[in-house]
Amino acid sequence: MNETLNLVIGLSMGLNLVAVGSSRLPMLIRAMSLQGVVLGVIPLLLENAQFDWRVVGVALATMVVKGVVIPSLLRRAMRAANIDREIEPFIGFVPSLLLGAGGTIAAVALALNLPLLPEHAKTLLVPGSLASMLTGFILLIGRSKAISQVCGYLILENGIYLFGMLLIQSTPLLVESGILLDVTVGVFVIGIIVDRIQRAFDSLDTRKLTALRE
Amino acid sequence: MNSILLIIVPLAGAVLAAAWPDNRTRPWFLPVVGGAHLALTFWFFIHPPLVTPETWLGFDPLARAVLPVVSLLFLICAIYGLSYLRIRSERPNRVFVASLLAILGLLSAGHQARQLGLLWISTEAVTLAAVPLLHFNNTPRAYEATWKYLLVGGTGMALSLLGSFCLGYASLSGGGNVGNLTFAGLSAQGPELSRPWVLTAWVLILAGYGTKMGLAPMHTWKPDAYGEAPGIVGAVMAGGVTTVAFTAILRVRSVVAASGEGAIVNRTLLVIGLFSILVAALFLLGTRDFKRMLAYSSVEHMGILIIGAALGGAGLWASLFHVWSNALTKGSLFMSAGNIRRAAGSPSMNDVRGMAAITPRSAALFVTGMFAVTACPPFGPFFSELLVVRAGLAAKHSVAIAIFLTCLLFAFFGMTRVVFGIVDGRPSPTTKEQSKKFVETLGVVAPPLILLGLSVWLGLFTPAILRDAWSAAVNQLFPAP
Amino acid sequence: MIIIANLILRLAFWLLLAPLLPGVINKVKAWVAGRRGPPVLQLYYDLAKLWRKGVVMSELASPGFIIGPAVAWVALLSSALLMPLGPAGSVLSFRGDVLLLIYLLALARFSIAWAAMETGSAFEGMGTAREVSYAVLGETAIITAVLALIVHSGSVSLITMLSPAAGAGVALLAAGLFIVLLAENCRVPFDDPNTHLELTMVHEVMILDHSGPPLAVILHGASIKLLLFTLLLVQVVLPVGEMSPFIATGVLAAGVLVVTVGVGLVESLLARLAFRRVPLLLTAAFLLCLFALLVVWKGRGQ
Repeated sequence: MNETLNLVIGLSMGLNLVAVGSSRLPMLIRAMSLQGVVLGVIPLLLENAQFDWRVVGVALATMVVKGVVIPSLLRRAMRAANIDREIEPFIGFVPSLLLGAGGTIAAVALALNLPLLPEHAKTLLVPGSLASMLTGFILLIGRSKAISQVCGYLILENGIYLFGMLLIQSTPLLVESGILLDVTVGVFVIGIIVDRIQRAFDSLDTRKLTALRE
Repeated sequence: MNSILLIIVPLAGAVLAAAWPDNRTRPWFLPVVGGAHLALTFWFFIHPPLVTPETWLGFDPLARAVLPVVSLLFLICAIYGLSYLRIRSERPNRVFVASLLAILGLLSAGHQARQLGLLWISTEAVTLAAVPLLHFNNTPRAYEATWKYLLVGGTGMALSLLGSFCLGYASLSGGGNVGNLTFAGLSAQGPELSRPWVLTAWVLILAGYGTKMGLAPMHTWKPDAYGEAPGIVGAVMAGGVTTVAFTAILRVRSVVAASGEGAIVNRTLLVIGLFSILVAALFLLGTRDFKRMLAYSSVEHMGILIIGAALGGAGLWASLFHVWSNALTKGSLFMSAGNIRRAAGSPSMNDVRGMAAITPRSAALFVTGMFAVTACPPFGPFFSELLVVRAGLAAKHSVAIAIFLTCLLFAFFGMTRVVFGIVDGRPSPTTKEQSKKFVETLGVVAPPLILLGLSVWLGLFTPAILRDAWSAAVNQLFPAP
Repeated sequence: MIIIANLILRLAFWLLLAPLLPGVINKVKAWVAGRRGPPVLQLYYDLAKLWRKGVVMSELASPGFIIGPAVAWVALLSSALLMPLGPAGSVLSFRGDVLLLIYLLALARFSIAWAAMETGSAFEGMGTAREVSYAVLGETAIITAVLALIVHSGSVSLITMLSPAAGAGVALLAAGLFIVLLAENCRVPFDDPNTHLELTMVHEVMILDHSGPPLAVILHGASIKLLLFTLLLVQVVLPVGEMSPFIATGVLAAGVLVVTVGVGLVESLLARLAFRRVPLLLTAAFLLCLFALLVVWKGRGQ
């Protein structure tokens, strides 16, 4: 079980790097949504999670929301704005790829030194989660297109979700689904705002959002 | 009666308002629901229900000490909102009204949440519900502000979620009552909580909910959002939404203190509070936009709340007092500033002068409110800040208090500079032309006046029942050893 | 005597078989495109033709114009002799021969670049600059891959490094080395060997002014290099050293064929990258090798 789990998390870590290194937005969205689906599988892989219909329900909901709903929303925004590339990121692709890789390595190294319970120390849960969070931050800070930043935010959220897997047995399901709901609503709201920004500024380049300052 | 009504009533109102067909009568939902909510809140305030420690949602002493002022502020904002939305009848207000009511319901949930996950869900739902309010004006600047709010707020949201998970993991590592993430349960686990995880959780939660509160350096969304949103939204956010983040920090604080890290917690709170005041004072000295000025003033007052919370029981009592006085006074300021902004057509002191001649009542209210919020007697903030200072001196933090007072002085300079800059002088012809569209009706002048009156009343004649409520909340958060 | 015979056989292997690979690649490309394509042995005919022709030399050029390709060819052939050939082992093997291999490859690149600069043409200079800047990134990846192999096998000699399979990180290592193979041999998506527009050329533009035997030597050297990298990739991935000699030979040949066909397919299916995107792909190759190194490192610790 642990082997499969680590393989799945390793895959999601690889997807982080794909996301951080790709300049084409469809690729970025695909990497982000694939990661969401991959993470949706994890509750079913955890060793001592019983096959409970509610866990399966949350897993399915996660996969549908992150793998289908959110990406299609972002793709629509992308088509509406008629862009599919990140032309001039704040942090270039090679530096952000190197940062992402360095972050991944640092995450693995850091997780070795964290006081984890023995059953979690062997898995890649914590390193995977830290790596995703770092990747999300890199995208949030380093990209100029609103859609890329949203993807960064979602990857950051994926990382936190992965961390939440440590608590899957001890967190009541209500909370898990509430969190999922909040994230979904959040992305819908973001989607609407992206659409409005596109209409107001005729662009999704956040470099244009500079009217407000001291 | 069940205190869940406080959540259900506004949310039901929001759904109804969203379904209501008529743009002209829809704003009436605001005062009606707000009034019902206030009545319910005061009923619970006077007859506090018994809250068992393990319940997830309850009108506990902390909620009792804070929620009434949120409800009161909301009702007065709602009355102001009636007139405001009549002026802005050209904008569809369906989403605006529904979001405001949803915020009231979610705020009630957030204040009453006694469970880590539930607290996060409701506070973050508030963050999202506030988004449509911010871009009500539908200008590019408003969308820019909304985008920045979403990015910064979203990151804060993520951090506080991560912090909540870390706190949960601390409990799991402590080997305690697995699955019990109520604050009472976590506090009961006390020193068994895994120490490194508790500290990580504290840092993340402070950063996350601090973003929502607008503590420096996570305050950057505030000037943009408050500057571009309608005044009523600023009032609700500065008085209500930030308060829920403050109670969240207080609840987590008590858990972390129970695990034996009280000293570290107080020190971090003190530092971040002082830093917020300092940053706010510096920006107040520089800003030329009177709505952004209010945002920095809000950052300053959030800093004061946090400093109070760092100073032990007496300080916390003063902080709760300050929650009330700040909410009432700031609400009044946002409304009078909103009036002036609407009359003048610009929020910058580069364009606006001589508003005393154009909108005399709002200008008078604005100046008085400015004196109130910079802690001049006899208004509420003077007394609450005095108590913070006294608690600080009693706790032997004289250096911190010296910094605190200096910053207050700078903030005073900064605010008087801006306020008199726009009130004094002779209005430009364009401002005069623009202001013809705006009439100072009773509907837009009475609410800020009432709020200022309440602020004076709170300072001079603090009712005993309120004092008891605050003491009870302090007892809840600092259980007597 | 046996050693000398071995040496001669080996030289014959490299000299005779290497030009086959570009032919196979071109045949694959032709198949995918639905053409008949040039015969597999086309490069042999080209080499024979070029060898019979004279040399045109610029008045500006020094003898380096001709010496460069010669040095490169010798360096490539010597590095080929270092490369073990599955069951046949290697004829020259010592501790640290892998470093010599890397240096010989670098020497070959330097000599070609030198010869290209000798012409004094701006086109050649541009191509050289591109080639060398790709090589910097590619070499990082190769050195990381070699480090991974060293850590895995605990040896710094090629023959022992390559005989076991590369363990846990083998998929990463294979992907990284395949990208490096494409970059080092100037294949799509880094460079297009068939392009005829000087501005978009990398490798082809460097040898634009060479003709006759020097050009033949350069082309032949390039094919040796391709075979060298292909063999390296195959032996990294497959535990050729642990099989019986007969099977190993078959497996090796099959592996080389598979990689060559793979290169052909990549060339048919991918477009070449924009120049500014090339460093990204090479960095990705470096990272793949780096992660392989880390996986190997971690696996060894347990």
